Amino acid sequence: MLSLESITKTTQDWLLAKFTPTLALTIECVIVILLAITLFAVLGLVLVLLERKVAARIQIRLGPNRVGPGGIFQTAADTLKLIMKEGLTPDTADKFLFNLAPFIVMMVAMLLLAPIAFAKNFQIWDINIGVLYISAISSLSVIGILMAGWASNNKYSLLGAMRSGAQIVSYELSAGFAVLTIVVLTGSLQISEIVASQENGWWLFKGHIPVVIAFVLYIIAVTAETNRAPFDLAEAESELTAGFHTEYSGMKFALFFLAEYINIFIVCAIGATLFLGGWMPLHFGHWEGFNHIMDYIPSSVWFMGKTFLLIFLIMWFRWTFPRLRVDQLLNLEWKYLLPISLFNLLLVTVIAIMGWHF
Amino acid sequence: MYNQTEIIKDTTELGPEGELVVNMGPQHPATHGVLHLVVTLNGETIKKIEPHLGYIHRSIEKMCESLTYRQFIYVTSRMDYLSSHINNTACALLVEKGMQIEVPERAKVVRTILNELTRIASHELWIGAMAMDLGAFTPFFYAFREREMITEIMEDTCGARLTMNYIVPSGLMYDIHPEFQTKVKAFIKQFKEKVTEYEDLVTGNIIFQSRTKGVGVLTPEDAISYGCSGPVARASGVSCDMRKIAPYDAYDKVEFDEIIETAGDSFARYMVRVKEMNQSIRIIEQLIDNIPEGDFVGKTKNVLKLNKGEFYQRVETARGELGVYVVSEGGTTPYRIKFRSPGFSNLSVLDHIANGSKIGDLMATMGTLDLVIPDIDR
Repeated sequence: MLSLESITKTTQDWLLAKFTPTLALTIECVIVILLAITLFAVLGLVLVLLERKVAARIQIRLGPNRVGPGGIFQTAADTLKLIMKEGLTPDTADKFLFNLAPFIVMMVAMLLLAPIAFAKNFQIWDINIGVLYISAISSLSVIGILMAGWASNNKYSLLGAMRSGAQIVSYELSAGFAVLTIVVLTGSLQISEIVASQENGWWLFKGHIPVVIAFVLYIIAVTAETNRAPFDLAEAESELTAGFHTEYSGMKFALFFLAEYINIFIVCAIGATLFLGGWMPLHFGHWEGFNHIMDYIPSSVWFMGKTFLLIFLIMWFRWTFPRLRVDQLLNLEWKYLLPISLFNLLLVTVIAIMGWHF
Repeated sequence: MYNQTEIIKDTTELGPEGELVVNMGPQHPATHGVLHLVVTLNGETIKKIEPHLGYIHRSIEKMCESLTYRQFIYVTSRMDYLSSHINNTACALLVEKGMQIEVPERAKVVRTILNELTRIASHELWIGAMAMDLGAFTPFFYAFREREMITEIMEDTCGARLTMNYIVPSGLMYDIHPEFQTKVKAFIKQFKEKVTEYEDLVTGNIIFQSRTKGVGVLTPEDAISYGCSGPVARASGVSCDMRKIAPYDAYDKVEFDEIIETAGDSFARYMVRVKEMNQSIRIIEQLIDNIPEGDFVGKTKNVLKLNKGEFYQRVETARGELGVYVVSEGGTTPYRIKFRSPGFSNLSVLDHIANGSKIGDLMATMGTLDLVIPDIDR
């Protein structure tokens, strides 16, 4: 069967047969970089279109429907427009930091693509501390946002950046603890091992209620971490016009915009990997026939399906809830989510030690 | 002359005690128009709010003084453009009072129905805009679905969707559209079915409640001393409905409740408006099948001349009490005209009730005050 695994294997065999190992590795690197950039662009286009369609559906309207059949080229046209626009730099801005900020935010999003297992044996870098790597790198994006807010020399941007800083730093704790529950259960930080541990059932199902709680906490925390409504205080267009990216225009704005959507994809992909079994098909204990049919669906489809389900959930939040106030946001984290997640981690540890999970 | 730099504060420097002075407006997503608030912030906390007006001043009062009593009504549609029918009604009632013209019953009833439809349309738009201020986009579209039906009714009968100019002294400009009654009934049916949808989406939402409850509390004493009126004052427990206190048109013939809440916070203001929409529906239901036959406009002279003297007429717009004051010398144009707009008084409490709260609270407070800038700044 033609799968992503066999394509990568054939390519590598062919490269090794033709070139010296060093050259083959270099070529592989180039191919991977090109693929990552392509994925980045395609994901951005698809997710923006998806968001607009989901929003339209929720808001009893049609959404983009002019450019291409059903409006599928709308985001491509928008991107073209943004590229053609002038990337203004305000006079009073710190020019170096102002222009650097969007690249930092985007670079962080790109680095996070590395350890994600898109399909069976299809992963850029199966680092043995995968989960730790993700937690560490994802906290870097706040630097880009703070830099953008500070360098813009605009009061709205500054307020937005400060809010964003407080928010991301706080919610990272909950997200981290939620991720740790799975690490405790699996006993490994490596993404491939976490996925492998879910072969006979996803953690969401076999981890009892504590893992369900961890999953809910994870979804709330990452919604806040990616600055999405109802936690979009960093942008809060009715309060701070556009928050930290008020002064950005053209492609520099587009990079922030793109990074936001890639971040959503990444956190949902990680959520799917940790709680919903990554590329593992849905298996039920002894239903041999059912399990066999599920195995026929390619692993990449499983992964993407789960990820997009979570993405849809996060989009659904955005178009339903009003925005929280900044003090309520921090209260929610420090007074409710953090104690719950600490206690939950303790509970999961007990479950893991006693071997009570399935 | 103003010194421009005095009005627009320098935004690059901090205030005397490290306070941040932010110019919200004249272009800002939450001010819904060209309101300019100079907000002094200490971190996220508001220290002072200074509203600056004048960006949309069109000297409507001065313009009215040079127009005849038939013409000046049309200018008033542009004051509070969300209740243009009610503005027109106020002016028409004043001219009728000044000339002692009898208005046909049919015109009175149709005016009342249209005024109440206008009130619903205005509150619908307000629900959408206020929810948007709080970061929820979807209620806007739900509210506009119903509002669209009203604007279509207006389009059929009045020929315009926003500035109708349909009400003239002594009656209406022309008779109602043949399908007016069926369309209004269809609207009432749809409204009753669908109003629960966005009430579920907004009223019951825990985030919405925590954003509005206890935010921007206005005491009844302050509401009276600042001259607040309409839903803003009624949410603080002040009875001030002109339709009850000084009934005009057909309001003395219909049954409805004056909605009064006592909390005085943003949520109370929200609840007053939502319940008021249901009362408006109740009024329309009582009148829509009982539109009397007969003339839609009374017989008047071609040139209207008010008796010499001073005249004052007040009506209840969607935002509160609108007063029209005219000094007549007995000529064809007013000698002096003054509008008492509800929005101006309601805006004046903003600094009082939003002081000390967070920026997010300012949006909730400002949203529930329901400010229409061309009404404040005529």
